Amino acid sequence: MIKTILFGLVAVVVIALVGFAIYANEPEISSIANVERPQFNADTVAEGRVLAAAGYCATCHTAEDGELYAGNYPMETGFGTLYSTNITPDPEFGIGNWSQEAFLRAMHDGVDREGQHLFPAFPYDHFTKMSDDDVGAIYAYIMSEVEPVKSVQKSNELPFPMDQRFLQAGWKLLFVNFGRFEVVAEHSAEWNRGAYLVEGVTHCGACHTPRNALGAEKKNEQFAGATIDQWIAPALTAENVSAIRWTASEFSNFLKNGGTRNHGIAAGPMGPVVHAGLRQLPDSDLDAIGIYLADKIDAPAGDEVNSEIIATSLAKGKPQKNYRWDQGERLYATACASCHYNGAQIEPSRPDLGINSSTRLAAPDNLVHVILDGVGNEDGIAGVVMPGFRNAFNDEEVAAIAAYLRSSRTDKVAWTDLSGKVAEIRAMHTAAQ
Amino acid sequence: MIKLKINGRDVSVDADADTPLLWAIRDDIGLTGTKFGCGIGMCGACTVHVGGRATRSCITPLSAVAGTSVTTIEGLDETDSHPVQKAWRELRVPQCGYCQPGQIMQAAALLKDIPNPSDDDIDAVMTGNLCRCMTYIRIRNAVHRAASANRETSSND
Repeated sequence: MIKTILFGLVAVVVIALVGFAIYANEPEISSIANVERPQFNADTVAEGRVLAAAGYCATCHTAEDGELYAGNYPMETGFGTLYSTNITPDPEFGIGNWSQEAFLRAMHDGVDREGQHLFPAFPYDHFTKMSDDDVGAIYAYIMSEVEPVKSVQKSNELPFPMDQRFLQAGWKLLFVNFGRFEVVAEHSAEWNRGAYLVEGVTHCGACHTPRNALGAEKKNEQFAGATIDQWIAPALTAENVSAIRWTASEFSNFLKNGGTRNHGIAAGPMGPVVHAGLRQLPDSDLDAIGIYLADKIDAPAGDEVNSEIIATSLAKGKPQKNYRWDQGERLYATACASCHYNGAQIEPSRPDLGINSSTRLAAPDNLVHVILDGVGNEDGIAGVVMPGFRNAFNDEEVAAIAAYLRSSRTDKVAWTDLSGKVAEIRAMHTAAQ
Repeated sequence: MIKLKINGRDVSVDADADTPLLWAIRDDIGLTGTKFGCGIGMCGACTVHVGGRATRSCITPLSAVAGTSVTTIEGLDETDSHPVQKAWRELRVPQCGYCQPGQIMQAAALLKDIPNPSDDDIDAVMTGNLCRCMTYIRIRNAVHRAASANRETSSND
């Protein structure tokens, strides 16, 4: 009897394994020579250039100081380090021998030309929403305008069994809804355009949606906020902590300009999202993204700004006439107020930290990053910068400024172990260099 | 090579990306009006404008300012007649003078953002610019004078 059950179990397992192997198996798509590629018309290439920017493909497919799209950008995944691939049209080292069909399959199904499953650090779970035409335009752009680069791919540093590509088929089965974007009839055309872009090419959820233990976006917590490269991607839901609520126009202005008066600036991993990417989209698309995100974040209708909140924040920012006992307050007065102080109203050129999400989030990471390393021309609003105080302040001093801002300018509970956090973020950057 | 504009002029600086902007301005480009004070962004002597905003150049790396437009004390006004500079001369603000380029650049940025500053506004924005000669009272008066000069100019327009 027991033997029969055991045999039965083994048979079931074997059948399941064979079934999975068949399911996971993807055929190779034959390689093509350069001459076999169709001629692309200039409009398609131009569209592809914009879409590749909007998906900030180059951000992950280019290593620091490396050649554009030549890969080897390290991605810390929590499971191990992955290195991005060379997607230049080099036939040997890049994707030059990929047909459009193969490129389409990679973007839509996460399978490379040879039939291997791609790791989901490549957000095909978003790109699967993109239309064939849009993916084709990116293909046309890469093949027409990107310089082929011969560069050897670094090996991924994933432990067994995470490195087994066929297992990715199981991950896909569990977590990915494949298929093109479907129009939601009850919403406007702009909303749908925004949704198409956000869910697809711009893959906002890749950073702003928390992931489960297996690294998949939690579908029931879309845009709930998450941590990425030790920066906080704030929630794009009603849980967003901004003092002044986001609206459709605040979103689109933020993406057009890299920052707004009422919502600070795009820094950290969001810097390249704006500067290397989204801003290339036409204004109508950025407006559409604003409309969609405004719906997700439960924005109030219209653009009315709560002036009471601003007045309160400004009043709290007035300098004390008496001696400043608090170390953070003294350092802030000397190092920060020259740019961050505001008089009767918030000047666009003087970011008010009382209403800034970096002082209001549950963790101090974003604020600490910016105090230590500043804001370059590549981040935030183009043309203006903030110096970094890495070599000016020790951990306790940065912590004191952060604690001062938190306690004096917000109504949020104090952050704990601030100087430990500062040390951690300081070391992280040092290690990266 | 890091490219930027200084006082309207295109310059390329051949220096490491982490070189402070101040070093490039003084040593590579040769504009020595901007001063080195503390080297940690705590005294304001090195203040220049980046994209029109007062910025401590001693802790701003070149990598951060690639592609930006920088203005130093030499470029504030072609004839050194910026309203702040005039007010500074009229009230004889400087004593030893070392911190004054930074003070003037900070004050010019202040007036651009807050054209009619109160004493509190001036104190808050100028606190990061130290003056060992203690010319603070004259600095505050000169900022007010420049603000009123600006008001007169704009009312005459």
